[in-house]
Amino acid sequence: MRIGLDIGSTTIKAVVFDDQNDIVFRHYERHCARINELACSLLSQIDEQFPDTPFRLAISGSAGMGLAEDVGVEFLQEVYATRLALKKLAPGTDVAIELGGEDAKILFLTGAGGLEVRMNGSCAGGTGAFIDQMATLMDVPVEDLETLSRAHERTYAIASRCGVFAKSDIQPLLNQGARKEDIARSIFEAVAGQTITGLAQGRRIAGNVVYLGGPLTFFSQLRDSFDKALSIRGVCPDDSLFSVAIGAAEHAQEEVRLPALIEKIRHRSVRPERASCPPLFASPAEYDAFCARHAANSISTVSDPDYSGNVYIGIDAGSTTIKAVVVDEDLRILKSAYLPNKGNPIPAVCDFLISFYREYPKATVAGAASTGYGEALVKEAFRLDGGVVETIAHYLAAKQLQPDVDFIIDIGGQDIKCFRIRDGAIDDIFLNEACSSGCGSFIQTFASTWGLPVSEFAKKGLLAEHPVELGSRCTVFMNSSVKQAQKDGASLEDISAGLSISIVKNALYKVIRTANARELGKHIVVQGGTFLNDAVLRAFEREIGHDVVRPNIAGLMGAYGVAVWIRASGWGRSNILSADELQRFSQTSESTRCKGCENHCQLNIIKFDGGRRFISGNRCERMIRGRKTDLPNMYAEKRKMLRELPAGANRRGRIGIPMGLGFYELYPFWNELFTRLGFEVVQSPESSHALYASGQMTIPSDTACYPAKMLHGHIEWLLKQNVDAIFYPCMSYNVDEHKGDNHYNCPVVAYYPEVLRLNIPQLKNVKFICDYIGIHRPADFEKKFPKILDKYFPGIPAREVREAVRAAYAAYEKHMNAVHERGQAMLRQARAEGRPVIILSGRPYHIDPEINHGIDRLIGELGAVVVTEDAVSPLVEKFPTQVLNQWTYHSRLYAAAKYVAECGDPGVNLVQLVSFGCGVDAITTDETRRILHEGGRLYTQIKIDEITNLGTVRIRLRSLFAALEQEERAHGKS
Amino acid sequence: MERVEFTQEMKKDYTILVPDMLPVHFSLLMNAFELHGYHMEVLKNDGANVVNAGLQYVHNDTCYPALLVIGQFIDALQSGRYDLHRVALMITQTGGGCRASNYIHLLRKALDKAGFGYIPVISLNPAGLEKNSGFSFTPSMLIEALYSVLYGDVLMLLKNQAEPYEIEAGSTMRLVNRWVDALTAQFKKNVALPVIRFKRNLCAIARDFEALPRRQEEKIKVGIVGEIYVKYSAMGNNHLEQFLLDQGCEVNVPGLMGFLAYCVEVRIDDIDLYGGSRKSRWLLNRAMDVVTHFEKVIARCIRENSRYQPAELFRTSKAHLNGLLGYGCKMGEGWLLPSEMVELIESGVNNIVCVQPFGCLPNHIVGKGPIHALRERYPLANIVPIDYDPSATRVNQENRLKLMLSVAKENLAEQRQAQ
Repeated sequence: MRIGLDIGSTTIKAVVFDDQNDIVFRHYERHCARINELACSLLSQIDEQFPDTPFRLAISGSAGMGLAEDVGVEFLQEVYATRLALKKLAPGTDVAIELGGEDAKILFLTGAGGLEVRMNGSCAGGTGAFIDQMATLMDVPVEDLETLSRAHERTYAIASRCGVFAKSDIQPLLNQGARKEDIARSIFEAVAGQTITGLAQGRRIAGNVVYLGGPLTFFSQLRDSFDKALSIRGVCPDDSLFSVAIGAAEHAQEEVRLPALIEKIRHRSVRPERASCPPLFASPAEYDAFCARHAANSISTVSDPDYSGNVYIGIDAGSTTIKAVVVDEDLRILKSAYLPNKGNPIPAVCDFLISFYREYPKATVAGAASTGYGEALVKEAFRLDGGVVETIAHYLAAKQLQPDVDFIIDIGGQDIKCFRIRDGAIDDIFLNEACSSGCGSFIQTFASTWGLPVSEFAKKGLLAEHPVELGSRCTVFMNSSVKQAQKDGASLEDISAGLSISIVKNALYKVIRTANARELGKHIVVQGGTFLNDAVLRAFEREIGHDVVRPNIAGLMGAYGVAVWIRASGWGRSNILSADELQRFSQTSESTRCKGCENHCQLNIIKFDGGRRFISGNRCERMIRGRKTDLPNMYAEKRKMLRELPAGANRRGRIGIPMGLGFYELYPFWNELFTRLGFEVVQSPESSHALYASGQMTIPSDTACYPAKMLHGHIEWLLKQNVDAIFYPCMSYNVDEHKGDNHYNCPVVAYYPEVLRLNIPQLKNVKFICDYIGIHRPADFEKKFPKILDKYFPGIPAREVREAVRAAYAAYEKHMNAVHERGQAMLRQARAEGRPVIILSGRPYHIDPEINHGIDRLIGELGAVVVTEDAVSPLVEKFPTQVLNQWTYHSRLYAAAKYVAECGDPGVNLVQLVSFGCGVDAITTDETRRILHEGGRLYTQIKIDEITNLGTVRIRLRSLFAALEQEERAHGKS
Repeated sequence: MERVEFTQEMKKDYTILVPDMLPVHFSLLMNAFELHGYHMEVLKNDGANVVNAGLQYVHNDTCYPALLVIGQFIDALQSGRYDLHRVALMITQTGGGCRASNYIHLLRKALDKAGFGYIPVISLNPAGLEKNSGFSFTPSMLIEALYSVLYGDVLMLLKNQAEPYEIEAGSTMRLVNRWVDALTAQFKKNVALPVIRFKRNLCAIARDFEALPRRQEEKIKVGIVGEIYVKYSAMGNNHLEQFLLDQGCEVNVPGLMGFLAYCVEVRIDDIDLYGGSRKSRWLLNRAMDVVTHFEKVIARCIRENSRYQPAELFRTSKAHLNGLLGYGCKMGEGWLLPSEMVELIESGVNNIVCVQPFGCLPNHIVGKGPIHALRERYPLANIVPIDYDPSATRVNQENRLKLMLSVAKENLAEQRQAQ
């Protein structure tokens, strides 16, 4: 008989074949990291059922590798095992898609290109673990996703690249009250999208498609999402859960005696070479002293049912939790709550308010306000008096405990907020961008994999002897680090402690990017729910090398700060719903399409009793506030300048140009050149998520930046336009503006046409002009270009081409001058009118609205004029930088920073847009920050990717404006 | 932050630290530099401390090689083994369009943060990017460096082809070390340099390797290509070569000369594509003639004295690329990377590990970009891209490697059957 044992990242599976080749035993179970234990019990079960039988056994699966090595059993790589199994389960299969706990795989078995197996890379997003995480986030049992999804009415675009991003898309949806049914289906579609982009890499998934593995077996809705995305009809064979185990059994050669093997597994020891950190606490006594020290930092909490004065209510509707406090005139806390969000903050807040009214019948509410992700929703729902950005709320709260506070770090469920305070004003803000590593929800997710509440899970680490060294990186990578630790036999305690330590490292080295703890400050206040966890607090003090203040209400500081704020603003009497009104409180939601503009955003309308309503889901504020932004916006104007260039008449043919990357700047050049030569220029449309999706099958490297990946969609669109050629040249060099040491394009901008040529099969059927050209040498280019063009369109006189080239240079110069002049005019006008100006600095292609997600408009809505970096960079002479200044686009960035640093106008500030995955920006962000800081200016950075969540961006920008305002006030006083 | 120059004064008693990458090449190179009065030391510190120092002092989104190289420097400086006022650092700088040209600036920023801002950093570059009065690449050093690279490549090539089959464990490595010592001794006496001596040495090396007792067996051949640092550095690639050897493979790694030749060649192609000085073009072409000449000498010596397979000529393998990627693609490893893959496949090594630091920009284009097209051209090509970064775990990497090896084994079995 033969046994196949498959130990994956989350489950353990076994099958036993008898000599007639029939399966006589199957078992499937989550292993919760107890690999040795479960492997033993499983094998004992088999041993009991078939005593004294000689077995041939092979082990497979990512967590099985270590076990197999240690006990000397044959190991079979799992994808390979799947292939063997398919021969048995589903002969004639062309493609198999298998999703596991943390792996996604596609096997191409037939067709051109031969046998090919693809596994997800270091990124584990979009897999079973991801679905589990999402279910936790929605607070439903994971099985329920299936039934929920069946009742969906619409779906939302959820970033499909990485679980972390998807999460930051889903969280706001939940907070805004989107239907769980719709979200469930959206999650499945995101998983399908992720698998296809990540793994198909240009190879068509067609023919007989088979679905394997846990998630695809359990969720018919997930299979349906794949079917829809691929326009196929796949099947899920019997025993699809066991494919890897079956393959292992098929392959098993070596004979084993079970009792001996079980003994060996039982005695498998922890490997000593595993990297570990020193324990958090050497002894329980040390822990007690630590607790006593922190207990001293407290804000008084009283219970005084007869209190009859004014009270102030602060509500912090965070991403995963809701915090609410009621304070009296002396800022003592009368009542507080720390509640899970469960996807909708409204009921929890409602209950809180009702019980407050019951407990304090004599108190008068003199002010109530909110903050956090759900600020606007809660404010609308309960008719609060105001809202304040989180950063300010936290500062106000911290000041109550530590008047000299010079650094605050708040680690919440999904975000980290840190700010430095200098001279009583917020001086520098650090927020985690799209990345949620180092946050509370991260540890919570791990806790739930082990089936423990987070507090209990964290407690287990306090006295762990050898905390695992997990490094400081993205959550998704952390999954595999934990997997490795499990493989090495680390205990739950050690993993728990290791996770607490890595949260701290992430916060310090990834978000704050400190190299030296002394840089942070002398008086540090730590807060946020995650710091309630003693292991995290201890790890933090250890990492920075000195003690910090953790308020007794560390989890409530945001809400407390809001109460402090509303009290200081002297409201008088609050409009908040009364106890009676709360009894009648109701909430319904519906979704519809916005008709405000051509974007036709999906809207989610939440209606409350009394006609109050809350609208979310659209990019602009038009429908919400009935407000239209009329402030000058250079991003919008640049877009218009490009779209309005005449397409030319078709005398010699039609040329397609994909509007992405470098074309956002060079379009005037090429448009002039081709229209002069008698070509009609066909510009691909504005980017959109749908356009992106249409090209995602052919993306070979899914970690490239979003602007680059977007081009696949543009090319697909152009391929349908029946153009004579698609023009997209490779360009190592950009125009030399003499601002830096060199004038390169970044590797992606320079050579992405090669990627398109090599990975989009239909490009073979058209003229795809992707030659290497150098417009940085005008005189040479004039000579070279006629020859290049002649290869595709023979017979155009060289003289005519040369003239067109000269005209193109002139048109480009005219365009750049126009941009510069218009930008200058906007800047002057704005300052004359006393309006703040944001130099929104990125690369030319960041003006694409799908790339910047409407951040330019958002800034306008917040009351500032948006100017581009290239509008001010010509004003700055070349200056020395501390990095090699070798990319044209980034030279402008440095120049713009220099301009802001030296302009002496506090109303002109710089915000840098950074594309996720842009390696170049790892260098430019630090340098831009340095240049600005030299001039005593704030640095703000916004990372953008496929995500469409503007919530975090809004916090950042509001914090920036609040900090500027505060600065202005401080200056006014002095 | 003013740049600290490496002065004439410093040359006398400063130790210049160099990050580790290619053990054989670097020991030859360092020995050659020593002959010119520099005190060199290749860093050998490895492990978690290096990674942690890197994470602490370098922007975490920076590529992994920068993190490791800078981490290795800082870890060494903090170790207490060096007189911090008698030590300088050396790092290469290619001047190309990828982030790597900025390593030196990141290093200086990191040193400054760590309180080592006074330590001079020497840029080793072909483009004249930075100058130091105490360090100059003289023509004779250049020639010795060239010889070191050539000898290093040959020793690495033969070692890779001999080691998996050696009967006496360790015998190949002993032979390599013996030759490193012998060549260094020759450098000292200045007799290693003439071309005739080079030929004689090579023939002797080939004969020595041929004489190594080896087993006759068929092994899976695996090639390693990718970003230059993680390709060569064992610390960078989690000891990939050793892993593959342990799995019973013969490992093939293209030589360093190819990369240097590529750096020259792309400047010629730049002039052809975009225009430029005819004189530079002529000079660069003569440099390539020298390279080709040496390649031919090496190939002949190996072929005439052993059964080992010499490397294909650089320009021939460039031509084999045959439009897979344009020759203007020159950032990072540029077209060299797919050209090395093609060369490996053409020489019978179908299984390839393409290593890259996670988020490496040029590798989106030149590494992962052409794999699809390569498979169409060579259906038996079995290529696995592997990402490296501080927390990419070994278990994931090894799992993917094992998948590649399973397919390789199957292909090998099918080939045998067909025969």
